Amino acid sequence: MRIGRVKHISQVAIAVIGAIVGAAMLLTPALAADKVKIGFLTTLTTPAAVIGNDMKDAFDLAYAHIGGKMAGLEVEVIYEDDGFKPEIGKQKTDKLVKHDDVDFVTGYIWSHVLLASRKSALDAGKFMISANAGPSKIAGSLCHKNFFSTSWQNDQTPMALGEVLNQRGVKSVYVMAPNYAAGKNMVAGVERTFGGEVKGKDMTKWGADAQLDFSAELAKAKASGAEALFVFYPGKAGGAFIKQYMQAGLNESMPLYSVFTVDALGLPKFQKADMQGVLGSLATQFWSPDLDTPQNKKFVPAFLEKYGRYPSFYAAQSYDAMFLIKSAVEAVSGDLSNMDGMRAAMEKADYPSVRGPYSYGNNHFPIQNFYLREATTDSAGRWTTKIVSTVYTNHQDVYAKECKL
Amino acid sequence: MIAVLLALAVLPAVTGAFDQPFLLDLALRVMILACAAVSLNLILGFGGMISFGHAAYIGIGAYAVGIPAYYSEYSGYIQLPIAIAAGALFALVTGFICLRTKGVYFIMITLAFAQMAYFAFVSIEEYGGDDGLVIDQRSEFPGIINMEANLEFYYVVLAFLLGALFLVYRIVNARFGMVVQGAKGNEARMQSLGFDTFRYRLACYVIAGAMAAAAGWLMGNYNYFFSPEMMGWTRSGELIFMVVLGGAGSLFGPVLGAIVFILLEEMLSGATIYWPLILGAILVAVVLFARGGIEGVIAALERKK
Amino acid sequence: MEWILFVSQVLNGLQLGILLFLLAAGLTLVFGIMDFVNLAHGSLYMMGAYFCVTLTPLLDSFPLAVLAAIILTFVLGVVVELVVARHLYQRDHLDQVLATFGLILFFNGAVHLIWGAEGNPIRLPDFLDGRVTLFTDIEIPAFRLAIIAIGLAVAVGLVWLVGNTRMGMLIRAGASNRRMAGALGVDIKKLFTLVFALGAALAGLAGMMIAPITEANIGMGDDILIVAFVVIIIGGIGSVRGAFIAALLIGMIDVMGRSYLDDFMKLFMNNQSAETASPALSAMAIYILMAGILYFRPRGLFPPKNR
Repeated sequence: MRIGRVKHISQVAIAVIGAIVGAAMLLTPALAADKVKIGFLTTLTTPAAVIGNDMKDAFDLAYAHIGGKMAGLEVEVIYEDDGFKPEIGKQKTDKLVKHDDVDFVTGYIWSHVLLASRKSALDAGKFMISANAGPSKIAGSLCHKNFFSTSWQNDQTPMALGEVLNQRGVKSVYVMAPNYAAGKNMVAGVERTFGGEVKGKDMTKWGADAQLDFSAELAKAKASGAEALFVFYPGKAGGAFIKQYMQAGLNESMPLYSVFTVDALGLPKFQKADMQGVLGSLATQFWSPDLDTPQNKKFVPAFLEKYGRYPSFYAAQSYDAMFLIKSAVEAVSGDLSNMDGMRAAMEKADYPSVRGPYSYGNNHFPIQNFYLREATTDSAGRWTTKIVSTVYTNHQDVYAKECKL
Repeated sequence: MIAVLLALAVLPAVTGAFDQPFLLDLALRVMILACAAVSLNLILGFGGMISFGHAAYIGIGAYAVGIPAYYSEYSGYIQLPIAIAAGALFALVTGFICLRTKGVYFIMITLAFAQMAYFAFVSIEEYGGDDGLVIDQRSEFPGIINMEANLEFYYVVLAFLLGALFLVYRIVNARFGMVVQGAKGNEARMQSLGFDTFRYRLACYVIAGAMAAAAGWLMGNYNYFFSPEMMGWTRSGELIFMVVLGGAGSLFGPVLGAIVFILLEEMLSGATIYWPLILGAILVAVVLFARGGIEGVIAALERKK
Repeated sequence: MEWILFVSQVLNGLQLGILLFLLAAGLTLVFGIMDFVNLAHGSLYMMGAYFCVTLTPLLDSFPLAVLAAIILTFVLGVVVELVVARHLYQRDHLDQVLATFGLILFFNGAVHLIWGAEGNPIRLPDFLDGRVTLFTDIEIPAFRLAIIAIGLAVAVGLVWLVGNTRMGMLIRAGASNRRMAGALGVDIKKLFTLVFALGAALAGLAGMMIAPITEANIGMGDDILIVAFVVIIIGGIGSVRGAFIAALLIGMIDVMGRSYLDDFMKLFMNNQSAETASPALSAMAIYILMAGILYFRPRGLFPPKNR
């Protein structure tokens, strides 16, 4: 009995180890050295997946446009889902860098996910390229030689919007944004440049259980007597917000100025619901589908043709990320161990970007133009955004000077 | 079960040989959650107190790493006692109120306190609010152990898991544990025997809270990150699931439950983004068809033999 | 200006309270009669919203779609009861919590598979999409007023059903003494199925009412469910009247917290922290209320008698 028990235990132990290793093997893709491996972390579940899917579609399109090859090496992209949660994002980043041993991690919609994942990727000695999130800390004190952004620092876009408000003689605004890292940056950004009075401010609950009913806040905004409304509601919350803004009739009395809210993800939905009031609303952005650059002329029509909708700025940034990586890999002729060479190449930003040429600051955030965009109708009757004017030329974020690089 | 622990002990050698550092990460996560599940099992499985807010203690433990680290205090000799003390204190205060209620009211009031803790940390701007904060190094035990090295950290976690199991084993078989278990079945009888069951149950609740906070301390160190999300009610639900999946009221059940749950989640979420569909169906099936959890099924199989 | 804002917020609180009541009514009945903890109640709320999303363009009418979707959610309720819930009535709460937690995951996954991840809007007919002016200078969206009206009508109907019909008598008997209802010789199984499905339909209706405002989303039921539980605990499990009062109370607390707490907190802390802390604190308020009520009245405000 006793011997039988020991035998039984060792059998089970071996079986357990076998099962775990077996499971790991199942999860392991075949090892291949001559491959460029890119991990793409974004949100593929929860309603925020609408953003993640747009980014994934753009990255797939970019993959097709480079023929699946960089400097003659095959490219493999591994997508992971962060579930809209920093902790999961961090775990998946660990998986990408430790288990899949990717050479680059990119994607990252959310500032809090990026902040949580940053250490995992950079400690593992990988390049981390944010294709959206740009929290102030990562541009400033936490900047890193292996971190690059193909988007913007969070404060920049609302700063440009603050300038627009000044130019248009708006004296007072009411501010609404979600209560998380990027929301705080957006509010800080607009407050930095806007010269008028902020009559009131609401930071609403964000995350997987984000607040989506804004009735109390809209009533406050209306009662505040502010001239205009500034909001930042990315993804699904944007749709819900615009709808309630119009149901409350505020579009007649308080014009809407927004950042990252009225975008290519929301506009088709608004059009389907015939929410005319959103047309004409103003937003700032570093890019727009109608921007006249050679790469954009290639990207936007191809995206429209393949997916039947306009790409969002999330998509544009993801598309750029692929080409930035390509420029790095080609600069070292596919020698992926040459980190210094690849870094030097990326610092030049020497690739065809959909936004046109730009340069990198010391903190590896783009120094780029910002435009005022208006929601409008294109020649085929689809709702989209068009550039009205240039607000900033070659604008650098304010945190760059805190970066020691 | 001893086999599983044995397997966990030699796992680092195996993962080292196969160059699978991620596997070590996975095992770490399993063991830490197993620690928390073991502590939940003490009150839930043995004491009959269904706490739907156990994740709060994990969060509290993690913040006990994070907040001192925020002020550049990395000493584990400070952080770990803070975690345990904070967990125990929270359990003492809330337990004092919760244990006056019974049944489903107990479930809901433990949930209420966890939600309060959750929203309290969401509201504290200084420590990252909703976003949480990243710490740049793990707790320090100078000269004894270097927790930065994953391998050493691994054995620290394993030691905690063994310690938690041993503690629960001793408690359950001591007079104290007998009273608590007796109170689960028939509180009035234990009272008529002269036991102040409220105090026994409260003590048990506090021990479990302190243990879970220690697990949270490990979790904070493991993740280099803490956020209110760790206290969310779905996390508490997952812990209950681990306990019940493994077999509530069996010593090793929660460990099995944690292993199966994490591996299942990892594999399913790797296979399809629709993984909640499958996991949910499995969950329902387990409850409907596999009473007593994995341990129960194993026991039933052994009886058949 | 101040009182206009206040009245608007009272109406907003009322509307939220009504929605919570629609959700909590079924929950409290199922809980009170079958002693069944149904975490998946929020999923039925979500399914109601999604049925309505699909049906509105198909039937080209929002009111018709709501009627059809209520029937569909009722049927779904019957299915869930027959396949899962009925096997769990005799089990302890732990098993019920787990199985229905599994159902939540299942339904979230299923919705993702069928409707995709993005939020789904529902287009309102013009007569509901405008605004109504009250007391000469309070403007509120017509649809929010409609929610309040429908909710009140349902509440009155439900109270009548429970108080004045044979079915209601059985329900009351069930809520206060399960065995006695069985002894009355009624087909208890059929009654259970009916009550469960009725609760499902009410939850679905709540989902249909909120979806035109916030869009239908995956997981939309998960967090409001917890609030609904708070409602029924405060109200007393099994009490429709208690659920109604508690729902309005919580709706008011939530909205008032969101509208006035930050101003209040600015009195004794700096603006920045007041603005970021107040939404979380107002969310916390309802849990504090629940813990406080349970401390003094361990079975809620209106516990059904003789249990």
